[in-house]
Amino acid sequence: MFLRRLLTRIATTLVTLLGVAVIVFAVIRIVPGDPVAMMLPPGATEADIARLNAFYGLDKSIPEQFFIWLGGVVQGDFGTSITTRQPVLGLVLSRLPATLELSVMALVIAVVLGGLVALTGTRLRYTRTEGALDVANGMALSVPDFLWGLVLILLFGVLWPVFTISGRVSPNLVPEFATSFFLFESVLRLRFDLWLDLVQHMLMPALALAIPLAAIIGQLLKQSLKETMHLDYVTLARTKGYSENHVILREALRNAVLPTLTLIGVQFTFLIGGTVIIERLFSYEGLGNMAIDAVINRDLPLIQGIVLLFALLFTLVNLAVDLLYAVLNPRLRHA
Amino acid sequence: MSFLKIRDLSVILRGTNHRLLRGVSLDVGATEVMGLVGESGAGKSMIGKAVLGILPRSARIVGGSIELDGVDLLTLPPRQRRHLIGQKAALIPQDPLTALNPARRIGPQISDRLVDILGWDKARARARAEEILHDVHIPQPDRVLRAYPHELSGGMRQRVLIASAFAAEPRLIVADEPTTALDVTVQKQILKLIFEMQARHGTALLFVTHDLGVVSKICQRLTVLYGGLVMEEAEVGAFFEAPRHAYSRALLAATPRHTDPTADLTPVPEAVIAEARRAVAEADQRWHA
Ligand SMILES: Nc1ncnc2c1ncn2[C@@H]1O[C@H](COP(=O)(O)OP(=O)(O)OP(=O)(O)O)[C@@H](O)[C@H]1O
Ligand SMILES: [Mg+2]
Repeated sequence: MFLRRLLTRIATTLVTLLGVAVIVFAVIRIVPGDPVAMMLPPGATEADIARLNAFYGLDKSIPEQFFIWLGGVVQGDFGTSITTRQPVLGLVLSRLPATLELSVMALVIAVVLGGLVALTGTRLRYTRTEGALDVANGMALSVPDFLWGLVLILLFGVLWPVFTISGRVSPNLVPEFATSFFLFESVLRLRFDLWLDLVQHMLMPALALAIPLAAIIGQLLKQSLKETMHLDYVTLARTKGYSENHVILREALRNAVLPTLTLIGVQFTFLIGGTVIIERLFSYEGLGNMAIDAVINRDLPLIQGIVLLFALLFTLVNLAVDLLYAVLNPRLRHA
Repeated sequence: MSFLKIRDLSVILRGTNHRLLRGVSLDVGATEVMGLVGESGAGKSMIGKAVLGILPRSARIVGGSIELDGVDLLTLPPRQRRHLIGQKAALIPQDPLTALNPARRIGPQISDRLVDILGWDKARARARAEEILHDVHIPQPDRVLRAYPHELSGGMRQRVLIASAFAAEPRLIVADEPTTALDVTVQKQILKLIFEMQARHGTALLFVTHDLGVVSKICQRLTVLYGGLVMEEAEVGAFFEAPRHAYSRALLAATPRHTDPTADLTPVPEAVIAEARRAVAEADQRWHA
């Protein structure tokens, strides 16, 4: 039963990814802009251009190009970046950890902030504090992540420069690690100086990504907590002598989290999408920043590789949410 | 001596001066079963909720006292009040389908109060939970302790809730229409179980119901409520022989007899309702003065 569900899931994921690949492949070839012409110095001959076009397979028809590309992908070859002349897979994988670390950090901040807002709002419901929190939450919600990025740069980069707002790590600290998960590996290697430097770089972009999501989580979780607080089992727990805090945390929270969880999944994929602009804004060397360069340079193979990876990430996030939902909901676990 | 002693309790709808309870006084003796009857909206549940400290936010106590074992709950600070209620009283709720937390196993939902409020150690509380499940005639108590609520039928869940109410040996139990949400076929068994447990533990019981037939069989005394006002309070024997109050007589006439369910029922006559309304209005006048 579980196996069948998993297989169906994998199959739909593959179809989705294929669809994404087809669309991206077609779109980036239809929009104007010739990658080869952009790469060559002015005054290159027709012959030069033709030679490079042939080298990258751009002289063939789009369907032909697609099947050649797909044939490579199946064997783990995502082609060669036009601008850097390096294998796309290697490039993309070298940047992926930076983006993952940033996204996960943003998610953690969002969940903690949003959770605190919801719990405080529930604990202090019907008071003025609740109203104030609601207003603040609404403001956080109505400003998109990149504007928060600009605000944070102005505040903590310019007016009161306590955080580094550019790059991923200080140049003198760039580590020689086995993976590019610097934040993670620096903890394993007990390099706390490096860890602190990474966090300092990451905090502002992560916060910019996190604030809108925190607001959404805060709003939905509070709504759902307030509804749960009226349920009979919560009332029954009160008669047992339990305090308001206890009742919120042990009786209501776990049931209230379920509807929020699905939303976090969807929103987290938006957040990952948001890294593209935020990384650019903070010159953070991640996948998103690389994606913008790739688009500017019409680096077709690289764009395809990045988009496919993003799509894969999104589906994995959704899968993780489904699994977590099943774990948290006893009704599904036993079904 | 009465274990629960309510005096002149008034509850208003917050933000208005409309009273939901109009100076209710009521006593429940230490091992007594007190029936609380009255038509829908009379305020039966409000009384139970006030005693247990779970009035909805929209309702506010504005006068009177609720003494539990000689201590006035309304003068205690919230924390102590909660603790006292948790130690000495318990609720058997109306709807077993919604009164258990779907995300928690049955075992801890029975034993949590023993550990957290009464300070028992975990092993003892677990053993007690198993024992009390056995007492309410649940087969394989150890399996049920590990189950989640959705794995049990409605009747089983109500048994669990009864067990949970009696687990801490409370001195008072409030049962608010504990069988109306159940299948008719199990209603009788559950009623029987509640009174069996009450008799065995010698617990005071405040029994909220619409069913005068049940009251006549089970309760020692009863209180008739109309519009948040006590119409009559009487010994059950005397009441069913000759209710003093016209409203009580009308209520009795409007109730199906178990001995003769086909007999014609007389709806409460207009004149009686008018008189009850007048009593309510007079009480309000005195109160507002
Ligand atoms: N949450 C609430 N907010 C405001 N008023 C309420 C609330 N619950 C009940 N009331 C009102 O309080 C009065 C007493 O209600 P209560 O629930 O005690 O009636 P009851 O006698 O238990 O009736 P029933 O037999 O239908 O359960 C009613 O007039 C009702 O409308
Ligand atoms: Mg009621």
